[in-house]
Amino acid sequence: MLEAVDLECVRGSRRLFSGLSFRVARGSMLWVLGPNGSGKTSLLRVLCGLVLPAAGSVRWCDEDVRVARDNFHVDLLYLGHAAAIKDDLSGRENLHFGLAQSGVVASASEVEAALREFGLSGRDDLLARALSQGQRRRVALARLALAAGKRLWILDEPFTGLDADAVQLVQSHLVRQLERGGAAVLTSHQEVDFGALPVQRLPLAA
Amino acid sequence: MSEASLAAVFAAVIRRDLTLAVRRRSDVFTTFFFFVLVVSLFPLGVGPAPDTLRTIAPGVLWVAALLASMLALTRLFAGDYADGTLEQLALSPQPLVLLVAAKVVAHWLVTGVPLVLVAPLLSLQFGLPSDALSVVLLSLLLGTPCLSLIGAIGAALTLGVRGAGGLLALLVLPLYVPVLIFGAASITACASGMAAGAHLSLLGASLLLALALGPWGAAAAIRIALE
Amino acid sequence: MVGKLWKYASPQAFYPLAGALAPWFFAAAAVLGAIGLYIGLWLAPTDFQQGDAYRIIFLHVPAAWMSMFLYVVMAFWCGVGLSMNTRLSFMMAQALAPTGAMFTFLALWTGSLWGKPTWGTWWVWDARLTSELILLFLYVGFLSLHAAIDDVRRADRAAALLALIGVINVPIIYFSVKWWNTLHQGASVSLARAPSMAATMLLGMLIMALAAWMYAIAVSFVRVRAIILEREAEADWMRDTEAA
Repeated sequence: MLEAVDLECVRGSRRLFSGLSFRVARGSMLWVLGPNGSGKTSLLRVLCGLVLPAAGSVRWCDEDVRVARDNFHVDLLYLGHAAAIKDDLSGRENLHFGLAQSGVVASASEVEAALREFGLSGRDDLLARALSQGQRRRVALARLALAAGKRLWILDEPFTGLDADAVQLVQSHLVRQLERGGAAVLTSHQEVDFGALPVQRLPLAA
Repeated sequence: MSEASLAAVFAAVIRRDLTLAVRRRSDVFTTFFFFVLVVSLFPLGVGPAPDTLRTIAPGVLWVAALLASMLALTRLFAGDYADGTLEQLALSPQPLVLLVAAKVVAHWLVTGVPLVLVAPLLSLQFGLPSDALSVVLLSLLLGTPCLSLIGAIGAALTLGVRGAGGLLALLVLPLYVPVLIFGAASITACASGMAAGAHLSLLGASLLLALALGPWGAAAAIRIALE
Repeated sequence: MVGKLWKYASPQAFYPLAGALAPWFFAAAAVLGAIGLYIGLWLAPTDFQQGDAYRIIFLHVPAAWMSMFLYVVMAFWCGVGLSMNTRLSFMMAQALAPTGAMFTFLALWTGSLWGKPTWGTWWVWDARLTSELILLFLYVGFLSLHAAIDDVRRADRAAALLALIGVINVPIIYFSVKWWNTLHQGASVSLARAPSMAATMLLGMLIMALAAWMYAIAVSFVRVRAIILEREAEADWMRDTEAA
């Protein structure tokens, strides 16, 4: 479903990678590995269509993602390094808006259920600035609970700053995503056991 | 869960930005008081002679509106760029051009409308005749959205750049010149007893052009900044 | 033929071509400049009203024409770069900008020099001079934006977008400034009211304009070579050139 053809990425004067080609099929996951500075985040951003690669193209369902941009975005959920939440909005408001702009309208009870699942009940009305770093990440990740309609998840270091329970939670959501035929691409320093799921490992050299 | 329509997302963006503005009230007031302050400084610099003040009033009001508008522009996208929400906006299934337009609308409601409302009061201080007040209101009502729309391009181009404030001024002020000329001329015309219609029509035309060009340019600049 | 020209779209191929052509353009500029100045300073008759001071238009008007022409060319290369993502187009735009800014400044300076003996002031707010001033700000803005962004690629693209927005606005700005100028009758002096154009004067100005054009091309070629060297320092073909 997701196909990268001959990707090359240049950042500043450094060539991060070139000639990169791979496919991520329905129900499978791509795990991008590599030391810091090897271009993992850049690769994910190229896959999202945010960055124009120096060469090559990214195709989603056989269409170039930069050409059929809006259609691609319907299917895409991207969680990057930045939590993408506003300090002056509450967890609930942040989640609601995040969903709306990605094309999903969720009811109040659905939003509340998602926040509860990620351990934020009782805190969902606090402004995000009052939350701890870990709690803010959970607000960002709560989108996973409401992203069943997004066929491609691209997650940049989703496990950073999470305790064991939260890691387990994210993992279970990923498993569910793959089981319903979606695809996922992620980077992570931590070794996470995905059991029998089809996981493709892609190491990037520095 | 259901699909969000374009109108719903447009409204959600405006609502979010207005909520944020309400929660950070200091931003709103800074722009407003800056405008009032700048306008009040001119008589101190030029002298209180009523005829002089009446002559310079249209220009002073408009230049102050330009400067106040520019001051507020740095905050249009910078916050979203820093915390990652701008990136998410760019990944929305809805066209970025329209989401940017929504942000500009919210920005104008918060920073432009107060100027429009207070300007007629300030023009009384400058001794402008009372029939010119409606032209002051109308010209700023047409002009301040132009400033927000055109300024959005500059704000997007200078995202995350060193010295963004000063650079923004340099980039955007030349583009503001036509709006300034038509706006100030409309007030001058009315104050000297002539018809302001032609100038206001030109302002209206500028607004239409700004509506077409501004969000498109800003969206393109945002994508460049996100690369 | 087009296919053959297309190969020069790469910095690698353009570098030697620019190096070979630049001296010819400098020579053309020198020759045309000499002829133009001869016409302007010797052949053209002394004006009845303005005396010999008017002769500065032989620098002023060509400089003004070139400043606007170069902006359009610069915006053209920016448009090509943004739509076709070619590195050399952005480099060419960067090479043209300083020369364009210089001509704008020259137009302003010579306009000022003309104003002094003719109207007694160093500056007149006529439509052309005021538009030139704004054009100078547009050039400076373009260069400043590019300088302020660290990532060269993003700098190129952001500055290119700015240039395109600018080029759409230049006619609007010019129109609005003319409008402003006619409204305020008191300040309505116009440097365009030069002594009625004798054929020799027009010829002189055209030749000087052509000389300025040749000069602009020559200088841009030299500058673009410097930019190519600076940016492609890591590229393999550079090392081969040095080794050769």
